[in-house]
Amino acid sequence: MLNSVNPFMHEENMSDNQSDKQQAGSQASECSQVDLDKRNFLIATSAVGALGCAAVAVPFVKSMTPSERAKAAGAPVEVDISKIQPGTMLTAEWRGQPVWVINRTEEMVAELAKHDDQLSDPASNVTSQQPEYCKNQGRSIKPNVAVVVGICTHLGCSPTEKMKAGGDMGEKWTGGFFCPCHGSKFDLAGRVFKGSPAPINLVVPPHKYLSDTVLLIGVDTEGKA
Amino acid sequence: MTNKNKSQGRSKLAGVMNDTLNWVDARFPLTSNVKAHLTEYYAPRNFNFWYFFGSLALLVLVLQIVTGIFLTMHYKPDAELAFGSVEYIMRDVPWGWLIRYMHSTGASMFFVVVYLHMFRGLIYGSYRNPRELIWLFGVAIFLALMGEAFFGYLLPWGQMSYWGAQVIVNLFSAIPFIGPDVSQWLRGDYLVSDATLNRFFAFHVIALPFVLVGLVAAHLIALHEVGSNNPDGVEIKKLKDKATGIPLDGIPFHPYYTVKDLVGVAAFLIVFSAIIFYAPEMGGYFLEANNFVPADPLKTPAHIAPVWYFTPYYSILRAVPPILNSQFPGVAAMGLSVVAFAFLPWLDRSPVKSIRHRGTLYKAWLAAFVVSFLILGYLGTVPSNVWGQFGAWMGGADRATVVARFFTVVYFLFFALMPWYTKKDKTKPVPERVTG
Repeated sequence: MLNSVNPFMHEENMSDNQSDKQQAGSQASECSQVDLDKRNFLIATSAVGALGCAAVAVPFVKSMTPSERAKAAGAPVEVDISKIQPGTMLTAEWRGQPVWVINRTEEMVAELAKHDDQLSDPASNVTSQQPEYCKNQGRSIKPNVAVVVGICTHLGCSPTEKMKAGGDMGEKWTGGFFCPCHGSKFDLAGRVFKGSPAPINLVVPPHKYLSDTVLLIGVDTEGKA
Repeated sequence: MTNKNKSQGRSKLAGVMNDTLNWVDARFPLTSNVKAHLTEYYAPRNFNFWYFFGSLALLVLVLQIVTGIFLTMHYKPDAELAFGSVEYIMRDVPWGWLIRYMHSTGASMFFVVVYLHMFRGLIYGSYRNPRELIWLFGVAIFLALMGEAFFGYLLPWGQMSYWGAQVIVNLFSAIPFIGPDVSQWLRGDYLVSDATLNRFFAFHVIALPFVLVGLVAAHLIALHEVGSNNPDGVEIKKLKDKATGIPLDGIPFHPYYTVKDLVGVAAFLIVFSAIIFYAPEMGGYFLEANNFVPADPLKTPAHIAPVWYFTPYYSILRAVPPILNSQFPGVAAMGLSVVAFAFLPWLDRSPVKSIRHRGTLYKAWLAAFVVSFLILGYLGTVPSNVWGQFGAWMGGADRATVVARFFTVVYFLFFALMPWYTKKDKTKPVPERVTG
């Protein structure tokens, strides 16, 4: 074995190293008696050492997860929705992300039912994208008020508001959002249009109404964040 | 009399120098290392223009480390302070503008010389047996360099820094099952934030530079073990002078190639200085306009694009459509487009190494690959609707996206079909000795 040609070694270098290898070979044959007890002990020691190293890696890996301060900054935020005119929206900040609160007009709500065939997931079947209580046509608690995280599900850019129908989005545009990075299109319920790079609908964050006009984003009626 | 004194003085000094060298050599292999890597490292005598870029890459690495050290003396890795501290370096720190422009231009020039260095390896078959490990170390250096550039680009905390990092970190969320947790772990927050900036700073200034320097050392040690390839792809160690054991076509690296490389260094520094002093932003390719606006987590700029050296891979990412409601295929294709280089030593089945002895089939594929790389690189810098849309017959698809898809396929075929076309190619006979 020791004298066989190493396939990874280039010819030129072999001649230089061959004499060394032969020496090593003769040494090895002199003490071919293997002390199995010693070998097992060394293997066991190495294994325990490797485990120890792996255990020490845990705090370092964990130290890179969100800190307590970052988690605290993710606390729920209150939004007063009384001043949002119908057909407009405001952007709140929750966990540092833009959260859109959209006050849809009656025409806008009616339009949501008309373009299911153009959507990837019209019935909001992907459960990770909205709480159970928002799995409906408008993806909202109140039909007119939509709450959506304004982060594109493609690669995390923030789409631009294109709430008015038509305009620079073309005649067929019925109002929604357009992501400038890679051209994904969403309707006024944050549902993604087919053919967009974004694979799924925008996220509806957990939220609840503290009163008729005050919204709490980041926590729902069951207290889940 | 005076002459005798002079020569005595000189020999006395030489004696002291010699004693010092002997003292060191008894404790540290100085002379033997200088011999092994410089004065008695025999490189082929037919190196040409393409052989400048390895030593230039080393020069840029040193420049980046030195300028980087001086930048950290003034830079603040804090989301509140970072953008301002970079402007402070530019305006208030004496010569700060120069050091920063050297660093930002150096980043782009690093990729220029590394891409040319890699192309040299491609055309002369420098990745082939027995240099596979040199090539693999090189691919690892390339990956580390991409990481280094990416982490560094967040530090100025401009709009492009911020959203570039947001997009790239989100690439990891596309990995099935563990993705979202991985990207949150990388950010250390629910979005790119102060925590992200702080750790990217750590990666950029300490972790990756260590990795890079270590890999460069391994790259050079492996190179000096097997010896350099050359434009003829001939192994010079096969024919040695019987008396001395020195390859017949080898010349000592020092002084022959140190002097040659100095010419390359001079030419490089002329270009480098011209950019620093006359076009440090390089028309938005080296420093992007949007990065002069502070990061705003609530507003994405209208057009975001990575810096030019990432754009071929970014084009591939954009070109691959989501499959089964998942963007993972695009992310995987982008990763593969970079890692594909590592497989070259085993994909190439040609009996010859150098392009000089290859046939038209290989040359055609190489040309197609270079064209794909350049076109994908260009398309990555512009929005996907730059060339407008096709008519209804193509479903109204963006012209640029269709073109990017075509060249993405060509890019991968260069690698995938390599075992076939390198074997089928009509090669020319390889000479015994190097030529010209």
